[in-house]
Amino acid sequence: MLLPRTARLASALRIAANSKFNAFPRFYSDAAPGALAKTPLNDLHVAKGAKMVPFAGYSMPVLYSGESVGESHNWVREKAGLFDVSHMVQHRLTGPGALPFLHSVTPSDLTRLPQFQSTLSVFLHPVTGGIVDDLIITSHGPEDFYLVTNAACKDKDLAYINSNMESFSSDVKHEVLTGQGLVALQGPLAKDILTEYLTSMTGSPVDLSKLYFGASVFVEIPSLCEKLHIARAGYTGEDGFEISISEKNTETVTMGLLDVGSTGSRIRLSGLGARDSLRLEAGLCLYGHDLDDTTTPIEAGLKWLVGKTRAMDGNFLGAETICKQYDNWRFVPRRRVGFVVEGPPAREGAEIVEKGTDNVIGKITSGCPSPTLGKNIAMGYIRSGFHKQGTEVDIKVRGKERSGTVTKMPFVETKYYKAS
Amino acid sequence: MASLLRFMLTRPVFKPACAARVVVRSRNFTAGNYFLSKKYTKDHEWVLLSDSDKTIATVGITQYAQKALGEVVFVDLPQENSEVEAGETVGAVESVKSASDILSPVSGLVVKANTELASNPKLINESAEDNGWICKIEVKDSKEIEALMDKKGYDAYVEGADH
Repeated sequence: MLLPRTARLASALRIAANSKFNAFPRFYSDAAPGALAKTPLNDLHVAKGAKMVPFAGYSMPVLYSGESVGESHNWVREKAGLFDVSHMVQHRLTGPGALPFLHSVTPSDLTRLPQFQSTLSVFLHPVTGGIVDDLIITSHGPEDFYLVTNAACKDKDLAYINSNMESFSSDVKHEVLTGQGLVALQGPLAKDILTEYLTSMTGSPVDLSKLYFGASVFVEIPSLCEKLHIARAGYTGEDGFEISISEKNTETVTMGLLDVGSTGSRIRLSGLGARDSLRLEAGLCLYGHDLDDTTTPIEAGLKWLVGKTRAMDGNFLGAETICKQYDNWRFVPRRRVGFVVEGPPAREGAEIVEKGTDNVIGKITSGCPSPTLGKNIAMGYIRSGFHKQGTEVDIKVRGKERSGTVTKMPFVETKYYKAS
Repeated sequence: MASLLRFMLTRPVFKPACAARVVVRSRNFTAGNYFLSKKYTKDHEWVLLSDSDKTIATVGITQYAQKALGEVVFVDLPQENSEVEAGETVGAVESVKSASDILSPVSGLVVKANTELASNPKLINESAEDNGWICKIEVKDSKEIEALMDKKGYDAYVEGADH
């Protein structure tokens, strides 16, 4: 009897390059172990006893020695976790053609994005409006944008950018910040730790209280001869920061943050394992699972990122589909929604069935037991009409139908630092 | 293991009488045999043939597997009175990060499932190789068990898997 989406214990435990078991999403199984790239923090991970896994072509820490995923997860919710996300692809787009180019490939209205503010966006396929990748766009000026895209989509994104930039090429300079480090400091104590660190490094008090969620700032560190790019952002639902650092200083800054945070045992390194359960509780999408080339941002519940004037003008790739879906839900066949599931956790691939029938109405795209809530949470796509909160469905886990309820996301209240 | 500790403080641990009896007797009289007779699979299941009649085997997942999985949140148990072949799925354990099949080390008839695990799945974390047993199987051919790894072989296997 072969059961879907379940691995035998041996493969679950052997989280290795050739493991059939996909314990951690966005996990590349096709890279030979020898060919894996290393982040600037690789030595630190190894020294801290991290379990390293191949992920998007990089050797990445999934969990550090001495704790379980659940414990690591709870630590970030209660204190502060430091994640190495240097595998993510950082880009800079500059020149008079930067904004017109971004407007041609995303539905975002970047004319409304103030300087040093960020927004979630999506690269779109022509006609279908399917999502090529999701990304963060930060404005550093009218002709200067900083982008962060998914590591697992790197090759696809670069090909997409290059082919669509041709008509703008003389007006846009596109630079991939190869080797640049990126760390995410997340959790309720993140702001204290970062404030203390920056104050000690700059020699004068640093005030982060006006840096709200979605904003970013450069902070000059004289001893490192570097301006750190600090964004109040993250992927956990907690208050936190993503700090972009040159390759040569990434380890120094990380060690500095760990050192400051060690006073009062406030900080721990956190891996991809906790990152996945944290983002799921926060209702955030993971490309390759909750978003892919076939899903549109409207189906994915990301209508808010489509600019209203952009939807009216319709001059971006995929506008044929996106504008229609934007105006009328009748053209949206399915919706991304959250579920709470009884019994075993429903994981990616589990079928969603209309109660009391054999009628398959959707599929789970991510799921896990929620360490914060103590119940099973999941997200997935369900046929429009069944997407209302409170709708009871059955979800098939290892052949058995389990009760699920369409539930509002985020599952755990987000703690983003916003101006009140 | 903060969360595990928290759990242990809030829920009493019930010990299944039969599993406890096996251990007590083994420790008193045949401690050496007890450890020798316990066998292990490459898929991290253990199997222990009862000393008395050599027909009932207790099956579970190993301490190593328990530790690597982290908190077990759900256990799918086999149907009692169902036939299994060696290598077939007799259940599954769910942890935060994964769902893992439990494969039967032996062929036979499932005579008992550890229903305690339905309400207390973390019993596997607390006592993977004792109270956290998964099921008892009336074995067809005890030679299937003899062919498996002993404790020493399994420890060496796990040691190799970690590097």
